[in-house]
Amino acid sequence: MKDQLSSALKSNNADYIEIRLEESNSSRIMYRGQRLEEAGRTASVGGNVRALVKGGWGFVSFNDLEKLPEKIALAVEQAKHVGKEESKFSTVPPVIDKVVAEFKRNPLDIPLSVKKDLLDEYNEIMLGTPGIQTTTIGYADGRKKVTLVTSEGAFIEQSRIDLTLRLNAVASRDGDVQQVGLSIGSKGDFSAVENLHGQAKDIARRAVALLSAPQVKGGTYTVVLDPVLAGVFVHEAFGHLSEADHIYENPQLREIMVLGRRFGGKHLNIVDGAAVPGYRGSFKYDDEGMSGTRTYLIKEGILNSRLHSRETAAIMGEQPTGNARAISYQFPPIVRMTNTFIEPGTTTLEEMLSEIKEGVYAREWYGGTTSLEMFTFSAGEAYTIRNGRIKELIRPVMLSGNVFTTLNNIDGIGNDLQMNQGGGCGKSGQSPLPVSNGSPHIRIRNCLVGGK
Amino acid sequence: MEEILSIAKKAAQSAEVFQAFATRTPAHFEANRLKQIQTKETTGTALRLMKNGRIGFAQASGLIKPGDLVAMALDTSQFGQEVNFEFPGRQSYPEVKIHDPNIELVSIDDMITLVEQVIDAVRKHTPEILCEASASKGTATFKIANTKGNHATYSRTNFSISVDGVLVRDGDMLFVGDVRSSCSPITDHSLISAEIIRQLDRAKRNASITSRTLPVIFTPYGVASSLLAPLVSALNGKTVFDGASPLKDKLGARILDEKFSLVDDPTIPYGPGSLPFDDEGVPARKNALIDRGLVNQFYYDLCTAALAGTISTGNGSRNGGMPSPSPHALIIDGGEDGFDSMVKNIKEGIIIEQLMGAEQGNILNGDFSGNVLLGYKIENGEITGRIKDTMVSGNVYQLLKAVEALGNDSRWIAGYVRTPSIFCPAISVATK
Repeated sequence: MKDQLSSALKSNNADYIEIRLEESNSSRIMYRGQRLEEAGRTASVGGNVRALVKGGWGFVSFNDLEKLPEKIALAVEQAKHVGKEESKFSTVPPVIDKVVAEFKRNPLDIPLSVKKDLLDEYNEIMLGTPGIQTTTIGYADGRKKVTLVTSEGAFIEQSRIDLTLRLNAVASRDGDVQQVGLSIGSKGDFSAVENLHGQAKDIARRAVALLSAPQVKGGTYTVVLDPVLAGVFVHEAFGHLSEADHIYENPQLREIMVLGRRFGGKHLNIVDGAAVPGYRGSFKYDDEGMSGTRTYLIKEGILNSRLHSRETAAIMGEQPTGNARAISYQFPPIVRMTNTFIEPGTTTLEEMLSEIKEGVYAREWYGGTTSLEMFTFSAGEAYTIRNGRIKELIRPVMLSGNVFTTLNNIDGIGNDLQMNQGGGCGKSGQSPLPVSNGSPHIRIRNCLVGGK
Repeated sequence: MEEILSIAKKAAQSAEVFQAFATRTPAHFEANRLKQIQTKETTGTALRLMKNGRIGFAQASGLIKPGDLVAMALDTSQFGQEVNFEFPGRQSYPEVKIHDPNIELVSIDDMITLVEQVIDAVRKHTPEILCEASASKGTATFKIANTKGNHATYSRTNFSISVDGVLVRDGDMLFVGDVRSSCSPITDHSLISAEIIRQLDRAKRNASITSRTLPVIFTPYGVASSLLAPLVSALNGKTVFDGASPLKDKLGARILDEKFSLVDDPTIPYGPGSLPFDDEGVPARKNALIDRGLVNQFYYDLCTAALAGTISTGNGSRNGGMPSPSPHALIIDGGEDGFDSMVKNIKEGIIIEQLMGAEQGNILNGDFSGNVLLGYKIENGEITGRIKDTMVSGNVYQLLKAVEALGNDSRWIAGYVRTPSIFCPAISVATK
């Protein structure tokens, strides 16, 4: 196959062409309350061709792999229709490699009946909690093999195994409905979703407790975020803005995002990298055949680098970082995060809390989004802080901020870094992409909290 | 399809095959310039079968041997959902106009020109704006067949254009934009250009605001981004059956203002969400969900309807898996008030154009909270500028219980909902 693909690429006149072929298999199990809602399997075969001519791109995706030369010709023709300038695309050494899927306890070797029994156990615990109205559970696992062939001579085959679990408990009383969820993910280790019985009990109890919890008054507070929510915060508040495709063609933003600009205190270090091993955002090569790296986005409070595809790197005159990722063969690769985290500092949670007279302690996540400048992220769980102590449970809060000021308002960074793998990232219709994010506990002054 | 059914029939009591074929040609613009042309083809096949009282489900993108698909579905049927309904027999379907052959006549260059016209018009107004945009045309064909003798097919054409502008000024970022779609080609750029220019005009200056409760007008985009998700969730027959909907005991009860009516209507000619039958082969129909403030009906697929002891409302939709209830094309009744006259009646208030993050809260409960990505201040009956660093929060049921006025400015948002502007007396505003 290798020679066939490589020769198909040679005969066309383009600055760069890549073929990406994909094969995947997945299964999922979903519950709603007692009811097993879906047990299903999916198989998928498809591919795409992307061509670059004079700075213009053509992209053709398909399921029928038979007529590849025609697809290549179409992609080149489309690129020619667009291209009017000079192509800028970073050179990376063409690699020939085969990367096999990493796994510890391979979910694909575990029978569906065992998975179902485990979910039944979690479901019974949640449904057996007094006050719980219903539950939803979604489990999915799958294997994906991607083959990348480029006109530069790269031939890379990579396989990965991914699994996710979401447990959600819904409590209801007098027309009021509250819910608490838990999301877990792993790159190939089923044990990540085992032994969660205690946590299942916990989320169910908390959902019930929320029915009698008060809502916080909206306004600005000093907030302390746990590692999970702080991970979502760093992803939304800063990660997306460091994706170079938002910046590279915008002269004003390039000025604002100039390397060397101060964004936070000296204690603030933010890293992204697929080369950080073992997480859902980890890989050896990105979807343009560039090796994954480990990039300091912010080093000692200063903007140090950003996330690039080969095109954004070339146009901005910076080094590519291996962050071009596509969620499937139906999309071209775009600049994405991988594993994004705030490096740990030296403060303890107790020290952070001790200086707060009135504030909010927010834990776990429900969601997050960004417009680049403004971002919102919502906690799964929240408490008031009074006189240095975590006090009563309140309804989950949504927090919001402005990236250009909020990072500067981080005045405490804990020593307890934790990575969270339960989320998926969405951008330009490509969602949910496997990523991880993490942080130690952090404290943010003057943070906007929505509420009554 | 027939081959899959005949293999499935030998191993299972009944079976249903659903297929979708789609082609789409988008042209993408970045930073005001054409950047990429795409051609996307997708083929998908889904098999649902009933065996020993349980449902097996498998789907494939691309080519798969019929025998393999059946084997995958049989594998899952050992554990699957318990059967509580039957696949429908031969049906007769309403005639819904959703295929416009003129789509074929639209060239890539026509699409490029349309986007360029919008960008030119917007840049004439605001030269430093950078637009990311795309125009796309496509055709999708859906087929369904089951062992009860039903088989049917339809094709739908689609044209859509979206333009998002970003303006960076003095460290401020302003986002404006519009999306329109139809089964027919869109050839006139002026509606889109005018909408974006209107947003730019209203946001020209920044206005200051303090934390308090204020009257609010949601523009059609504001309604779609703030108020819709909780209602869609609460009216879903599945949420109701699970007891997780705040409307579960409210059928027939008046819970919202009399001015507020919401229907799901997939039979509108050339509506982007229109179709003759749903993804289970059930005829499409117009469903009045909320009628003058009264909870009139929930929406169902086959399975959920059987659980709830009712019939499917033709809302079985496949979003990557087995069918589940989903609305096709929501319409909120419009009113008689002009937007400007609503603004004139407000001494101090806000307009919400885009709310960011509203779906991240506990939408089951109707609560929403979000950052005002695009919104304006009203002072003494006039729009005085953009509000920033502002969060609003509220509860949909409380807000819509007392609607002050509905605008006469109904429009489709992304082909999914048609809504007017809605003026409510009070929303909680938090700001720095």
